[in-house]
Amino acid sequence: MSKYLVNLKINNMPIAVEEGTTILEAAKKLNFRIPTLCNHPDLTVAGNCRVCVVEVKGARLLAAACATPVSEGMEVFTNSEKVRVSRKHIVELLLSEHNADCTKCFKNGHCELQDLSSEYRIGDHVFLDLVRPESKIQDISSPSIVKDDSKCIRCQRCVRTCAELQGVSALAVVNKGDHQKISTFLNKPMHEVVCTNCGQCINRCPTGALTERNYIEEVWNALYDPSKFVVVQTAPATRIALGEDLGIPVGERVTGKMVSSLKKLGFNKVLDTDFTADLTIMEEGTELLTRLKRALVDKDEKVVLPMMTSCSPGWIKFQEHMYSDMLENLSTCKSPQQMFGAVAKTYYADKINIKAQDMIVVSIMPCVAKKFECERPEMRDSGYQDVDYVLTTRELAMMIKQAGIDFNKLEEAHYDSILGESSGAAVIFGATGGVMEAALRTAYEIVTGREVPFTNLNIQPVRGMEGIKDATIKIKNVKPEWSFLEGVDLHVAIAHGLANARQLMEKVRKGEAAYHFIEVMGCPGGCLGGGGQPIPTSPEIRKKRTEAIYQEDEDMPIRKSHENPEVVEIYKEFLGEPLSHKSHDLLHTHYKPRKRY
Amino acid sequence: MLTTEALVKELVEKNGRTRNSLMPVLQGIVQQEHYLSEEALLCVAKELDLAAADVYGTASFYTFLDTVPRGKNIIRVCKTITCHMKGKDEIVNTLSNALKIKVGETTHDKKFTLLTANCLGWCHKGPVMLINDEVYPELTPQKALEIVEEYAKSTH
Repeated sequence: MSKYLVNLKINNMPIAVEEGTTILEAAKKLNFRIPTLCNHPDLTVAGNCRVCVVEVKGARLLAAACATPVSEGMEVFTNSEKVRVSRKHIVELLLSEHNADCTKCFKNGHCELQDLSSEYRIGDHVFLDLVRPESKIQDISSPSIVKDDSKCIRCQRCVRTCAELQGVSALAVVNKGDHQKISTFLNKPMHEVVCTNCGQCINRCPTGALTERNYIEEVWNALYDPSKFVVVQTAPATRIALGEDLGIPVGERVTGKMVSSLKKLGFNKVLDTDFTADLTIMEEGTELLTRLKRALVDKDEKVVLPMMTSCSPGWIKFQEHMYSDMLENLSTCKSPQQMFGAVAKTYYADKINIKAQDMIVVSIMPCVAKKFECERPEMRDSGYQDVDYVLTTRELAMMIKQAGIDFNKLEEAHYDSILGESSGAAVIFGATGGVMEAALRTAYEIVTGREVPFTNLNIQPVRGMEGIKDATIKIKNVKPEWSFLEGVDLHVAIAHGLANARQLMEKVRKGEAAYHFIEVMGCPGGCLGGGGQPIPTSPEIRKKRTEAIYQEDEDMPIRKSHENPEVVEIYKEFLGEPLSHKSHDLLHTHYKPRKRY
Repeated sequence: MLTTEALVKELVEKNGRTRNSLMPVLQGIVQQEHYLSEEALLCVAKELDLAAADVYGTASFYTFLDTVPRGKNIIRVCKTITCHMKGKDEIVNTLSNALKIKVGETTHDKKFTLLTANCLGWCHKGPVMLINDEVYPELTPQKALEIVEEYAKSTH
């Protein structure tokens, strides 16, 4: 990048910025906020909502600040009379095509268009209402995502998200002029197309056009039903983000308060997905070592490497659609959420003397694809639907508000036992590279009898926000039973965001990369940037959440999955050993090819 | 006649596999099959390694890339102001009665589809209609009927 500085004035204040900076970015440096609805820090510039128009001295027309680079001597006004009148008209025009049924909207109070209308005190409708009646029919075919075209302002953030970040393009702009809309292939229901349910579009939608399918009422009903025993599990990444929706700054951990609030909401037991994250490591780590043994010792040609993680349901569905010839590479382990459901309605139900049919398992997840996952027909190994309802981090925040709980003032509480104990290795499942790090901490120790050779167990090479990371771990001085791994270089790779996953898969398919183990998370940053996390999201926000996750890990007394005492206990009492018959029945699954087109 | 899949493969062979080839490939299909079927759109997506929604997005943008079945001959009567004032309604009604279809419909024998179009740029010689790629200016109802009858007679 050129370091040539450009001098300009914004609202009469001089500033020098690098060549190529947009007016929007330059204004931000001077603490002038210019509103936008289509611009997003994760996406390319679109310049189509026009809300960010500013006046440039000498120019005949107003310029879109997000799409106009600065130039030498430029004089910009962000709040002149012309700008204000135009901007207000632009918002009014957007509203004329928007079903402003705010009180009934799931995004009420969390809507960028609503905020802007409120700022500009939009009053009576100036323009004709152009919302098409047929657009008011919501697409509720997907168990994860609700699409409501009558709320859409065609900013195309979702289209860019799906194409640029996820490489899926389930959504595209179709038709033209006043018929333009955001649509799937041939307007098919969301459930029938290549959508992975990742929900990244929801995280960036400035209105209520794309929202999660919410199950708040169903969960309240379960809680009010005295005949039901309702247990809740919380995913690793929820505890570092929930606070954002409850007035707590980004990056602050709220684990204890979250547990406390769940108890106040009336859940019978508050348990932790982190427990089954540890269980996942035991199963997945053993699966990896078994595959390596079959490949290196038995010279079994049927063994498929690299093995790929299977925790992220968006990634799984992506793989089923896009790389259905590579499903054998996926670990057969269920995700921690589903392992939890299966164990809760069998082992745990027996232990606490509750009938599985009377138990309701609710998950709090940073994810909307988990809503789809829990309804998969494979996920009923307990004899019932293993996980009944999945709420996003956002939905939990809403329930806490509805219950009138002052979250900030809550005492910290501990998870119930059993199925509540966890390790630092489990909590880092929430960050990209975390499953890999957790697996390495355990597998390396199983094989060598020693801790991984990294300061304070922190495996830095697998951390960070690079789209695709790879690392090599040299295995030396192994225990006798693992002698076939002596001197082996274990090659691992990590991708987050499905566009990156796609690049990595292409490399693997072409045989350009000889990895043993690959971790993929469907969402940018891993689960901490999941489609069910508080809105907004940005690289900066995800960085703070990542720091919080690794801090949470460091503060845990147990840092390795195999040292979790409840995990040791469940193997002793119930499962036997990793990959046992019982494990296979309850904790493992299979995948099915889906249509790519 | 080629199957849709074979047709798409042939067009891709001829026009290339880049995104730039999307338009000529789609136009080639419409020329042969008169519209873009779901199968055709999916074949194109596969051959050009594009998302199906993207291919549909492009197809739906252009009026002349139809995504609903059309007849062999597509009649487009200009509906814009000048042609309207010069009596396009009469032309449309005459054709509609003769072919026994409404605007937007296709005859049972799949020979004709009757549509209206925005300005065709022949305002000085309206009313005007387009049959496939051929322009017919200065129409009268009688003249329009005769032209369509010629098409009905032709075997190809």
